[in-house]
Amino acid sequence: MQLILESLFNGAAIGSVLLIAALGLAIVFGLMGVINLAHGELMMIGAYSTYVTQLVFRLPALKFFYSTYVIVALAIAFVVSAVVGILLEKTIIRRLYGSPLETLLATWGVSLILQQFVRSVPLAYASGLIVTLLIGLLSSFFLPENILKYKHKKFVKLITWIISIFSGLLIANCLSSTISKLGRASARNVDVTAPSWMRGGVEFIGITFPITRIVIIVITIISIIGVTYFLNKSVWGMRIRAVTQNRSMSDCLGISTEKVDVLTFGIGSGLAGIAGVAVSLLGSVGPNVGSNYIVGCFMVVVLGGVGNLLGTIIASFAIGIMTDLIGAGRLLTVWPDMPDSLSTIIDFFATTSMARVLIFALIVIFLQFRPTGLFPQKGRMVEG
Amino acid sequence: MNKITKNKRWLSFLIWVLIIAFIISAPSILPVFRLNLLGRYLSLAIVALGVDLIWGYTGLLSLGQGIFFALGGYCSAMYLQLNSSQDFPNNIPEFFGLYGVTKLPFFWEPFKSPIFTLIAIWLIPALISAFLGFLVFRNRIKGVYFSILTQAALLVFFNFFNGQQKLINGTNGLKTDVTQLFGQMVGSDSMQRLFFWLTAIIVIMAWFFSRWIVRERFGNVLIGIRDDEPRVRFMGYNPTYFKTIVFGIAGALAGISGALYTVQSGIVSPQFMTVPFSIEMVIWVAVGGRGTLLGAILGAVIINYAKSLVSEALPASWMFIQGGLFIFVVTTLPEGFLGWIQSDGPRNIMVRLGLRRPLSTYPSLEADGKEEVKP
Amino acid sequence: MNIPLLELSQITVSFDGLYALNNLDLKLNTGELRAVIGPNGAGKTTFLDVITGKIKPTSGKVIFKGRSITGKKEHKIARLGIGRKFQSPRVFNNLTVYENLALAISNPKSPWPILIGKQSNVQRDQIIHLMNIINLQSMANLKAGSLSHGQKQWLEISMLVGQNPDLLLVDEPVAGLTDEETDLTADLLKSLSGDHTILVIDHDMEFIRKLESPVSVLHQGKVLCEGSMDSIQNNPQVIEVYLGKPEEVNE
Repeated sequence: MQLILESLFNGAAIGSVLLIAALGLAIVFGLMGVINLAHGELMMIGAYSTYVTQLVFRLPALKFFYSTYVIVALAIAFVVSAVVGILLEKTIIRRLYGSPLETLLATWGVSLILQQFVRSVPLAYASGLIVTLLIGLLSSFFLPENILKYKHKKFVKLITWIISIFSGLLIANCLSSTISKLGRASARNVDVTAPSWMRGGVEFIGITFPITRIVIIVITIISIIGVTYFLNKSVWGMRIRAVTQNRSMSDCLGISTEKVDVLTFGIGSGLAGIAGVAVSLLGSVGPNVGSNYIVGCFMVVVLGGVGNLLGTIIASFAIGIMTDLIGAGRLLTVWPDMPDSLSTIIDFFATTSMARVLIFALIVIFLQFRPTGLFPQKGRMVEG
Repeated sequence: MNKITKNKRWLSFLIWVLIIAFIISAPSILPVFRLNLLGRYLSLAIVALGVDLIWGYTGLLSLGQGIFFALGGYCSAMYLQLNSSQDFPNNIPEFFGLYGVTKLPFFWEPFKSPIFTLIAIWLIPALISAFLGFLVFRNRIKGVYFSILTQAALLVFFNFFNGQQKLINGTNGLKTDVTQLFGQMVGSDSMQRLFFWLTAIIVIMAWFFSRWIVRERFGNVLIGIRDDEPRVRFMGYNPTYFKTIVFGIAGALAGISGALYTVQSGIVSPQFMTVPFSIEMVIWVAVGGRGTLLGAILGAVIINYAKSLVSEALPASWMFIQGGLFIFVVTTLPEGFLGWIQSDGPRNIMVRLGLRRPLSTYPSLEADGKEEVKP
Repeated sequence: MNIPLLELSQITVSFDGLYALNNLDLKLNTGELRAVIGPNGAGKTTFLDVITGKIKPTSGKVIFKGRSITGKKEHKIARLGIGRKFQSPRVFNNLTVYENLALAISNPKSPWPILIGKQSNVQRDQIIHLMNIINLQSMANLKAGSLSHGQKQWLEISMLVGQNPDLLLVDEPVAGLTDEETDLTADLLKSLSGDHTILVIDHDMEFIRKLESPVSVLHQGKVLCEGSMDSIQNNPQVIEVYLGKPEEVNE
């Protein structure tokens, strides 16, 4: 009983990281048919946002609130990744709708640039740039509407951008002088330290559950609920689903498909940012942090099928539990009287990386029976 | 068929003359170090030809060609290691000693034979790629799905080779430059020069072979599959077999390429199976011009040469340049450099600049928004 | 000659409880030219999808030349002798007119003969003959993508003929054609019947009338009635389906 519970928990822990990482990818893929290879880098941006937030909360003025930084970091990471994602959509992906393979290649180019950017630009200046973009892009939402009257539109926009550039520069300078760690080039990996309440674990019938893992599971559950609610209950969620099902018809009905694309991509990217926070709590943060997770996400998407959140959820947890059972060699403890020939095979695969090999083989076998994943789409739409 | 009109044929001919002239003169004008680099990049052109066959012609974007590339490399390295392990304990390659292995793993045995090795270099990758391809194609998995599956497969193979120290020296890989072939060191200057010639000849043979594949109806079926697979099916063709065969051929080309690359770079390691390297292969083809076999060769050689030059001068900037290249080619030059020239790209630019008069077109074509076509 | 070439019995196709075809029965004799009409959503395209194997019927049987082809793969069905022309012309835009026809005519269609074998002179003559019929011989080496809409329709029909199937399924062959082209298409199809069995689907009543063939009316996934064009046009049920109830018409 204890053993099974422990396996389940470990599986759920691995699965929830996979799920939160794959969620944004799956949403963008399911709704827009676009695979974003820069998804891992958006996660990396989220992870670095967490790191910067943490350092900012170490400043004397904010020290009192230090223990809450993770919650603030979630919001910041979401917004930052979403803005970067939206920028990506507006500049590149928009031109490539209808050619998914080309999008794949272009987003790979973006991911290379983002990785190298983090390697060669000090974090303080990167933060400054992000702040510039944030203020510049979001200002139009906050300014009173009559200022944005047609006549002055360009002028006002210019001024907001000038203001945002200045504030970006200000923040970059401020950060680089007060937080010495941010001033240097950041090619090395950095570590996010969890606040004291997240260290240690909870004991329950003789097993210790690490609190960070529990927090990640909670974050994942909240994100899932939020996304489901948004897609199914809100007006914009309905518009997004409408555009997915029939783009030209939605266009005719007066839905701005352009806005819907931006929104969908922004949400997917924002979720990557949240995943970045989760990942930063588990290990050190470096330019490659996202790409370590991306293939796991692919397996989830392939196994779960397109356009179905339930499939994504089940696939993540199935892969998580299998990784734990096979990779930690726990299968032998769960099932001690396994025949010898089988146990040597299981033994051969009993490391995390070898577990991936076996899981991939299992997925390929699974695809022989269900080529479109756990929950395939039905009806006339399928062949396009 | 006059698929290519006369002056375009002239262009290809001219490029070939330049390539051959360059290859012949290279050993005398380039220092050995550069010659070796050029040889390596020429061997990469072979894998690029395979990528062009499956992506440019058939529309299958594989992000996992590194698997087959590395397999070819491992085959050649295993033979070379066995060929020069007489002086080591138990007559097996030296690295086994580090892990206390005293008996040669069974799958090494056949690689004692040079003939088996020469066949295995292309046949093993071909069979594995055809098998994996068949499993995927028969379920009509295609498009992006296929791409991410190949990438997952790549990572799986990487993990496998990376983790097996006792079988194939894991992450350290197998060295070839200190091994012996025909009584000479593989890494020696004279051997490297020989490998350069060998590579050059095989690249040209691979080009002829690929051209033979795509020239007539087989190539047209592949293009048909790329553009409208269900239609091909309703005509009575089974796309699964065509795709499996062409994917197998691409695997074979990748294997040959990997073997030649290995003997010229001196080592094969799981690094050949990293994700970035396999995607780079696609961008060589994209830049050179997909669907133009010559473009794949040019793209592979020129981009890699540029990479080595840029990385020597400004190490950090290559990633930016490469990333930018991906975005640029995909968004603004989708037919690649050679395709752009063939579709009158330079002429169109001259027209834009007002230097030449536009070609007359069919009115119906303009209405359809199609590109200019000569009457 | 009592065995029909094609027989559909009790075909039902449902998408998530929505019936696209509902217990459909249809027989087609060898050499027959048959037109199928029906309002939008009557299940015309699904009906072709079932015959060509694109969709597996939920229940029911498709029998071709006395053999069941239910659930067979598309290319197998095509090799048995069923050819299909699609609603919007689907030719290979990046291949030339000649190459398009060559793909259709090649036989056998397995990879090795295609790769190693050469095109025979008979086939070449046949391609040239087909191009003469559709008046595209001067454009043999032009990419099919640069043809006009009507030329593409004709190219696709000639590809279908080149495939030499026993049964031709033709989906809206005259959509977007001029009147003159429509007449020519009708003549072409009529001249092909006899040697081939042809099933034409279309909305265009004038065109169907010109075919001078028996007509089946499809409605809500079923065959509503069959008969000559004149009897169909006077059938009160058909009038109701197409025009609504009489009093609504009179409004």
